[in-house]
Parts: sequence; structure tokens; C-alpha cells
Amino acid sequence: MASFKPTKIPIYPKLGEKVTPDTLYWKNYKAPVQIKEFGAVTSIDFSPLAPHNYAVTASTRIHIYGPFSQEPVKTFTRFKDTAYSGKFRSDGQLLVAGCEDSVVRLFDVSGKVALRVFKGHTKGVHVTDFTSDCYHILTGSDDYTCRLWDIPNSTELTSYKEHTDYIRCGTTSKLNRDIFITGSYDHTLRVFDARVEKSVMTMDHSQPVESVLLYPSEGLLVSSGGRYVKVWDLLKGGQPLVSLKNHHKTVTCLGLSSNGQRLLSASLDRHVKIYNTTNYKVVHNFDYAASILSLALAPDDESIVVGMTNGVLSIKHRKSPEEKQEVAGKQRVRPVYRVFVKGRNYVPKKDDFFVSKPVKSHLAKYDKQLKRFNISKALDTALENRKPDITVAVMKELDRRGTLKNALAGRDEQNLSQLLNFLIGNVVDPRFTPVLVTATEMILDIYQAVVGQSSVVDRQLVRLQELVEREIDYQQDLLEVLGMLDTLFATSLPRKEVPCPGSSRPNGLIPTLSH
Amino acid sequence: MVEHAEIRMVRRGGSKINFREPVITNDSRFLLCAAGESVNVYSTSTEEFVHDLQGHTDLVTGVVLNPSNHLQVYSCSADGTVRLWDFMDGILIKTFIIGYPIYSIYVSEKHGGVVFVVVPMANYKSSELFQLVAVHLPRSGDQEVEARELSAVLCDVSPHPGAVSFGREGEYIAATKGLQLEVFFFKKQKSYRFSLKSGMKKGVKNAFTCVSCHPKEDCIATGHADGKIRLWRNFNQKKEYTYTTLHWHHGAVNTLCFTPEGTNLLSGGIESVLVHWHYTQENQKDFLPRLGAAITHIAVSPDGSLFCTSHSDNKITIIQSCVKVSAIIQGLVKGDGVWTDLIIDPRSKALVLNGKPGHLQFYSLHRDKQLYNLDIVQQEYINEEGLDQFEVVKAAFDARGDWLATVEERRKKGAELEINLKLWAYDKLTQSFVLNTTVTAPHEDRITGMFFSPSPETTMLVTTSLDDHFKAWLLADHSDTKGKLASYSEGFWSCDFVGGYHLLKPGCCSYSADGSLLAVGFQEVVTVWSPASWELLTTLSQPPGAIRDLCFGRLSCSKYLLGTSTKNQLCCWNLLTCSLEWSTPMDVSLLQADPLSENMAAFCSQSGSSDLFVFKPSEPRPLYSQKALCTGKVQHAVFAPRDQMLESCEERTQWLNRSQTSAQLTPLSRSLPQLLHTPAHVLPSASFLCAMFVRSLLVSRSSLCLVGWGTLLHSYFQVSPEMFDQVQVRAPAAPLKDIQRLVPKPILRFLGCVLRVVVLLQGEPSPQSENRL
Repeated sequence: MASFKPTKIPIYPKLGEKVTPDTLYWKNYKAPVQIKEFGAVTSIDFSPLAPHNYAVTASTRIHIYGPFSQEPVKTFTRFKDTAYSGKFRSDGQLLVAGCEDSVVRLFDVSGKVALRVFKGHTKGVHVTDFTSDCYHILTGSDDYTCRLWDIPNSTELTSYKEHTDYIRCGTTSKLNRDIFITGSYDHTLRVFDARVEKSVMTMDHSQPVESVLLYPSEGLLVSSGGRYVKVWDLLKGGQPLVSLKNHHKTVTCLGLSSNGQRLLSASLDRHVKIYNTTNYKVVHNFDYAASILSLALAPDDESIVVGMTNGVLSIKHRKSPEEKQEVAGKQRVRPVYRVFVKGRNYVPKKDDFFVSKPVKSHLAKYDKQLKRFNISKALDTALENRKPDITVAVMKELDRRGTLKNALAGRDEQNLSQLLNFLIGNVVDPRFTPVLVTATEMILDIYQAVVGQSSVVDRQLVRLQELVEREIDYQQDLLEVLGMLDTLFATSLPRKEVPCPGSSRPNGLIPTLSH
Repeated sequence: MVEHAEIRMVRRGGSKINFREPVITNDSRFLLCAAGESVNVYSTSTEEFVHDLQGHTDLVTGVVLNPSNHLQVYSCSADGTVRLWDFMDGILIKTFIIGYPIYSIYVSEKHGGVVFVVVPMANYKSSELFQLVAVHLPRSGDQEVEARELSAVLCDVSPHPGAVSFGREGEYIAATKGLQLEVFFFKKQKSYRFSLKSGMKKGVKNAFTCVSCHPKEDCIATGHADGKIRLWRNFNQKKEYTYTTLHWHHGAVNTLCFTPEGTNLLSGGIESVLVHWHYTQENQKDFLPRLGAAITHIAVSPDGSLFCTSHSDNKITIIQSCVKVSAIIQGLVKGDGVWTDLIIDPRSKALVLNGKPGHLQFYSLHRDKQLYNLDIVQQEYINEEGLDQFEVVKAAFDARGDWLATVEERRKKGAELEINLKLWAYDKLTQSFVLNTTVTAPHEDRITGMFFSPSPETTMLVTTSLDDHFKAWLLADHSDTKGKLASYSEGFWSCDFVGGYHLLKPGCCSYSADGSLLAVGFQEVVTVWSPASWELLTTLSQPPGAIRDLCFGRLSCSKYLLGTSTKNQLCCWNLLTCSLEWSTPMDVSLLQADPLSENMAAFCSQSGSSDLFVFKPSEPRPLYSQKALCTGKVQHAVFAPRDQMLESCEERTQWLNRSQTSAQLTPLSRSLPQLLHTPAHVLPSASFLCAMFVRSLLVSRSSLCLVGWGTLLHSYFQVSPEMFDQVQVRAPAAPLKDIQRLVPKPILRFLGCVLRVVVLLQGEPSPQSENRL
């Protein structure tokens, strides 16, 4: 008596899921910790000092979180309106933040009340930063100006009014205390030198600029705005180097991994993309639940912190090596009955005789039904399964048994609409089409008599029809493209002399790596 | 040196063991079943073949235990005799000559000295009418007795052995035919007939298929073609008979059997489920599902402890205490066809061909035993008629037997062809093949040929298909991938090259002996490729006629490429000059190269029969030819290696096997089979026998080497597709001195190997009796 052979679920090749060192590296994060903030998280900044706390600016507050705490270790609430751009100084002692009420406040990280208040802007200040000598503050505002302030005297040093729209991003050079860069909604990026009255370099991003980033070497500048991320070569006078268009909504934030090898961009399309900075190809991609406004990486990529429009702060921590092992250990089989009887540390004695029991195979739910020839129930349980490949494999098995039609027949409105939903979702998937097309034909055959009795089913049938028509058009287009490519290849291939007459067929000599 | 040149035929087994109901002996130790022209005795505990009872000259059609002596057994045969055997010692006790071909035999304890047999009606010899006659066996001391005392019991019965059954203590006999049940009471000497209306519900007739009578009560169980079982009672009168109906089977009930105490009724059919009905509580039943193939017969041991079921895949299953399968006796499976060709597994030297649906069977030619079954499709087999099942259509081994490639195919009516290419790696630990790679839809159309490259450096597979392409598959090197894939040290197969030629359909392909050239036949054109660079080197063509078979020469003839075309041409091209060396008009249906020499075997069909030629491509004259080998066309053939001498084995059966093989050649050992056929107590002492036997082996071995190597075609099997019962070995021994001179002796001894050709024939007329049954 042979045992029941379970239904084979074919393994389909995963397209684009190549395992590269990058995917292994970026997948090695734990499940995200989520913290709800009071409003959209507009800025995140890591402290350069050892515990690497980070400041999260959301609504009218700035929270400072410890690296593993889910509660803020410190909160700054002395803002009259929405706060922006909470930034640490390079010694980690001071924190500066702009505000919608045009006042820039400077805090001691250990204190509560603002040490200095810089007044002078006439509109909200979205950009604040410390210069590299730690004595000055750069601010950029919606009043189209950017200013430099002196911390000890709390006075305004210079003001530049060259932008013609809101200044929403900016950064200071970490190598030169006088150089800073601002990006504005007037589509330009400007490089200023505090020793000079005017900007020294202007670059046209051709989209409202949302974020700028300087490479550690400060030879390259990255800007984002609209759907584009652009890289500029500052040493060649602001020459555009690359323009990347990998997001389908505005790119809001940029980041650089700690070793400077990977560039990260976050966008309103809820994705974070990671680029290789040598060839600017996307090497990995993170999905988030909502549009992303801010992004920051802890030193050594220990955590990725992302702030979203719905006020959720998502923190992903890197797995430690022990935890990695733990995951591998989880796949181990659970302790067997024998362990419970004899104890965990029981070691078989020398003359113990080991009796191996046949391993009981557990059948999946649909296999249990198939074993009993309950074909309709088998299909039902397979449909409950969320994985389409399993459902399709069960359909294929039923078709092989010659009972697919019986399994599809005799369904009520709810059951049928569930089935049609599945078909609409998967019938154009090339992996499933051969099986699902026969199933669809059978359904149409069976239920054509009752068309028009249920509005739900009718609507789904119409959708299915549209889907199939669109797919046919699409396939036709693809065939046309294929034909064009064939002619191109045929003309570009060198004609080869073959020793025997009548045996030159270049198409037959194209080595392919299909399958 | 053996001088005789004529071909001898020896039966080699491979017979159908599911032809008739098996019999379990009273002590439940042995199982007897009809197998071709002999009765095989198996052990029920070890499933090992014990010995066979040989003597019948035609198909054995029935085996029953002698009710008066439980150590004896009656067997009947289509040769018109009933023989009485002592099955423990394998001795023929008596032969009763009836004179008519016998189709089945029945005995009853009550009727001592009488056997009931089904024979054709005397008056209508040619027609399909049969009668049940009682034969009074004469009591005389002679070995052969003519039993002419026949008295007809029932006229017009079915020749099917399950259609007649003895009732309670032999008081009546029930027979079914068509829609009629006939019961004959011996006391009253009167018979009653009961008819059913031919219900044509859903196109299924309710004709009787089998009958079984309750051993203690007056009750007859009948099986029907529509899957119903009827229990008839009160049938000793014409009018007031009753019957109850049991229904579980959805196909026809093939067989029915009551347990000896009558408490249970067993039934089986195409569903391959043994159904166990409780006689007293009729709606209660137990099942033993998934027995492998349709059940054709059920037998119960006289003490009721063992059941055994015969299956349509030439298998007998022994079931202990209703629930546990304790032993499986498996013969050579004869599937619906041999699509894979005959292949020799380089490791086990077993013949590999289609077995059960979706399986490959490994069959040892030398031991007449199925070694194992490899499940290729790995799907639950649904026992139902009219389903399109996956079938293994192609199989190939690489030169060392490390890899097995299989192609399975399923063609639905009006739907796309489903093809899977699977590659199996040999696992030394489990001694079997493990699935390595599955390629779904490797080609868009049928695969016509599949070959491994013989070169030892690369493992490459080539498939040709009707979709105008051939593809080369290579074992991918996976040294660079890490992580999950690293656990597979073997790597996976992937496509390396896709080739085609003018949108012609490739029909066949062949590798040269060293794997440096690949010849692919595209209809009329032979293309020669270099597998290293995938360059088209040259094309050869010899119209008219599409290329049917391609074969490279080997060893000294490796510069030749042979091809056969559909327009009766055998061509030989010289690859150094790229020109035709010679061609001859021959209708070659099959061309095979000997893997160990440069010789080729060609099968030609001429005027309804097949001829065999063995030749060297470099020589114009054939080395060996055999005219009219068999009738019909040779479909498959393969060179099979001679098995190595086995280690000293003490099993008596093994001796017999060995001695029979060598008996064909050496004069000394010719006496051995007779020695071993006689009972043990009349034989000389074992030590004497053993020494003699060993000596015979030694002599035979050296002569085997010489003769065998020289003749190459030492013996071959001849198998008819209708029945594997007719497996024969022919041993021609025409020594060819030329080759002996060429090949040095040490090499011969080293190889120690003689080749056989295994031939599967089509169109061989089977014996008349078989046709009718």
C-alpha cells in the first residue's frame, strides 16, 4: 500500500530576485519598530557622539531617542508652530531647529529651554545647519533668503537673497567652514562662499529641489527633486554627472551609507532605493507603508530610521550575529517526543538500540481533500490559500484527474465571485495562464446559462473580458517588437561562410540561455 | 570451442504472473502461480522465487491444490493436459491427457478423483463456445494417463476462470455468462438459470463479471460490469430467489472472493482498492487503498490469514491479516508500450524500460527479477479509464551511469502538450537516482531523441525535438553561488545551446565515441557539429529519404558515420573526406552500435520478417547474418553486457540460473540442469556437486570469453509485445577467428564480457489460446 503522493507545487523562477551581496546585506535587518509621532516626521538626525541618539522632528516637537529605546529620552517642546530640521552639532552638544514661526532656536542637548533664539527671517525656516567650525549656523527660509548666524553673539552675519522661491534644503561643507549649499523650489542649487557676496556656483535641477547631499569627499553633490535624483560634479564646476529616475513620485530625502558606497533615496512613492555609487544602479529596495518624508542611517548602518507622512517613525535595526544564528536554529525540528520522555540531556547509552519510526508525513489541507476525492472542497481550500501557485497547482491536479469541471460547477454567487476574483488576478500571469485559461473556459461554459442573474458576477465577467482584451493587445505589441528586434539582429549579424552550400542560417546559430 | 552454429532457444522468464489466480498453500508458506508454460513457486514470507514446475508445453491456464492431498497441486494447460505435482520438491507426479485445450480448472473436496475443467465444445471446435466438463481421473500407476472419461456438467460457460465457482461443500456449482447466472445442483442433477435485464444506465451494462459462493451458507456473490455486487439467496428454486445489492466500485468488479469462514467478502477492481465487506453487516466495509494497479484476482489462504491480490502490472501482493502488505512479488511490467526504447543501466547492467505508468523499471535480465521501480512522474496515479496520464517517453543514461535523463509527456485532447525533462543524479548512499533538475517545457513540441555525450570530461545532454531545434544541456558549474545553493554540491542543469537548420525537423542525433562530434539528422540532411564551439562543421546528404537513424563508428572505425534513411538506404560516410564511402539498399529498421567493439547490428525487415546483420563499417562483408530472425518488424534492440560471474552463492536457485547459462556452451555443464532437476536425495553429495559445478563455471568462463567476444552476438532476447511470456535466449556460437586474432587474450579476459542483443519484436503471433482468453 503506497502512501498518497502529495500534489507537486512547481517552483517558479523568481524574476529579479537575484541573491547578491547587496540583498543579503540590506535584508539583514530585523522587523521594524514603529513609533507613532504627533504629525508628519519631517527630519531625522543622528548624533555624531557614541550612543548615537537621534533627533526626530515632527509637528511642534523634537524627540531624541536612544538607539534601542522606544520612548524618547528627551523632548523639546518650546515651539510655537511646526518645528523643522532638528540638527546636532558635530560635537553632539547643541541642537538647532527651525520653526514655521520664522524663529530659529538653539538648544543644549541636556537642557530644555532654548539657549539662543535667532530672529530675522520673515517666514518659516525649513533649513538649519551648523558650519564645520561649530560657531555659525546656516538657515534657509521660505522668505527666499538664507542667512548665516553667529552663535556666541546670536547675531546675523550675512544674508543671501538669490533664490526666487522657498529654500527647502541645504547643507554645509564639513571640510570648509565658509562653504554651504542650498536648494530651492526655484529649481536651482546654489553654492555659497561666506567670504564672497554672491553665490559661486549655480546648478539647474529643473525640478523643485527637495534635498541635497554632499559626498564625504565633497567632490560630488547629490540633489533630489521631482522624480529625479541628480549627481553633480563640483570639481568640474557643477557639471551634471548622472540623472536617476527610479521613483515614480517626488524624491524627498537622500542618505548615504556609512562607508559611502551606497546612496539611498526615499520618496513619496513609499520606496527607499539603494544605489551603487560607482555605477548608480539600484541594488536594493525597501517598501514602506506610507509616503516617506525623511530618512537617516545610523553610523555603520546599524539602523535605518524612516519618517512618514502619517507620523509613523519606522526603525530597522541590523541583526547581530547571534540573532542571525538564532534564525537558522529556528528551522531546526522541534524536540521529539523521546526528548520529553528521557529528558533533554539524555545521551543514548552504548548498548541502546535505536528504533527508527517511520516519519509521518503531514498532508496539506487540499491534499487531504484530494486524497478523499473531495474535489470541490479541495479547490475551496486551495482558493483560501493566499499563494496563487498552490491554487494553480491544485487546479492542474484536478485537471489531470479529469474532474476540474466538476469541481468548478455547482457554486453559488459568493463562491463564484471568489473564483472569478482569483482568475482576474492571475489569468494573465504567464506562469499560470495555460492552466487558468482552461479553467476560465470551463467556468464560462458552466455558468453561461446564469449570466445576468447576479450583478456581482456580471461585473466581474466584464472585468475579465477587458483584462483578456488588454492582454491580447499587449501580446500583439510584444510580437511586433520581437519582429523588429529580429530584423535588427539579422542585419547586424555578420554573414558567415559555411563550407557546404545551403547551410547558412544565422538564426539557428544564436546561442541562447533560455531555460 | 563450441562447434554448433545453430541457435538454441531457452526460456528466460519475464512471464506473466498475474495471468491466473495464485494459490496459497495450506501452511501459507508458499504461493503458486501460473507463469507462462510453468508454475512458479514463491515464498510468501521472503517474496523470493523458490523454484518452478516445468513440463507443460503450452500456456498454463490454471493451478489448484489437490483437495485430497495438501502437498500436491493440479495444473492445467492449453496443451490439453492436467498435471499433478509435488510442489515442495518440484516433481511431476502424473500427467492426465485430456486432449482438448483447457481454459480453467476447478476442484471440490466432495468430488474426489474428479476435476472440473472448461474446454471448448467438442462439436464447435472453431467457435467460441465452451463447456464445463467433469473429468474422472483414472487411478493407475503410470506417469502418463489418458483421461477420456468426460461428462458434461454445464454447456455454454465463460472461459474466464472467475466465472465459475463451487458452492457450499461442493453441493452446487454456479457459473455466469453475459447476463445469466446458472446454478447446477449435483444432488438433484438440475440447473436453474437467473437472468438480469440489460440495464443500459449511463452506457454501462450490468453483465456478470465474476462469481463467488459462500463456503458455509447458500449464498452466491456476483460481480457486475457496472460496479455492483449482488448477493443471491434462496436460489434453489426458479421463482422466489432474492438478491441484495452492494455498490462501492465505480468500475467493473474484476474479482470476488469469500474468506474461508465466510465472514468477509473481498472484492477488487480497477480502482486498485481491496474492499472488505462484512458478510453479516452488509453496509460495513473496510478498504485497503492504493495497491498500485487494477486488481485482477484475489486469493485467500485456506486458513484465512493471508490474502493475495494479482494486479494488472504483473504483480502479486501478499496481505497479512487484512491490513498490512507484507510482500510484493513483481514480474516484468508490461506497460501500454515501450516508448523509452530498451536501455542498459551502465551501473547495474539492468535493462531499463517503461514499467508502471509514470515509472521506469530496472529489470535484471540474468535473474529475471525486477530490481526496482523509479518513480519518474511523482504524482498520485488515478486509476480510472480514459484519463490522459503522464508517460515516460524518453530515458538516457550517461556513460558512467551517474546521470539519468527522462522526458515525461502528457498530451491532452485539444490542449497543449506538457513535457518535463528531468535529470536524476545517482546517489551512492541510497543506491538509487535522486531528482536533481526539472525543466518544464524544455521544447515546444515532442522530443524525438535524447543522448548524453560519451566524453568523460563534460556531462552534456542533447535533445532533439519536432519544434525544429535541438538543445544542448550542460551541468552548470555552481562554484560561484553561495548560501542556499551551496548545499547542492552537484549543481544544476541548464541550457547551453539551441541549434537548428533551415527550420527542418531534427529526427535523430548521435555522438562520436569521444564526444568531439555531434551528428544531427535534419530530415534528408545530416549536420555535423562541434560540441566544443557549437560550430556547424559540415553537412552530409544522400537523398532521397529522410534520415531515420544515425550511428558513429567506434574504435578503429571512428571515422565513419552510418545513417539509415526511410527510402531503404544504408549509407556510410567517411568523415575525413566528408564523402560517401559506401551505401547499400537495405530497409534497415534499426541500427545499433556495440559499445565495446567496432561492430554494428542492423535489423532489416524483408517480406514480413526481420533479418539481422552484424558488420564492421570498414568491411564490406557482414561478420554475421541471420535471416528471418522473427516475423514482423524489430522495434527496439540493445546490446546487453554479459553479467559477470557471481560470487559463490549457495542458494539453489542461483545455481540453477548459473548452470543454465553456461550449459549452452560447455559440454561438461550440460548435465547439470538434469542433476538439479532431480530431487535432492537422489543426488550425489553436495561437496562433489559443488566441485563439479565450480569446475564447470571455470571452463565455461574461459570459453565464454573467447566465443562470446568473437561472436559478439552471443544471444538475444526475443519478446513479443502481446506477452512477455515468450522471452527466449538464442545462443549462436559461430566463432569468428579474425576478431580473436585481432584482440589480445588478456584484454578479453579483462573485459570478461560477452554481449547480447535484446530484441523487442512486434507482430509476433501469440498462441491462439492466448488470443482467446
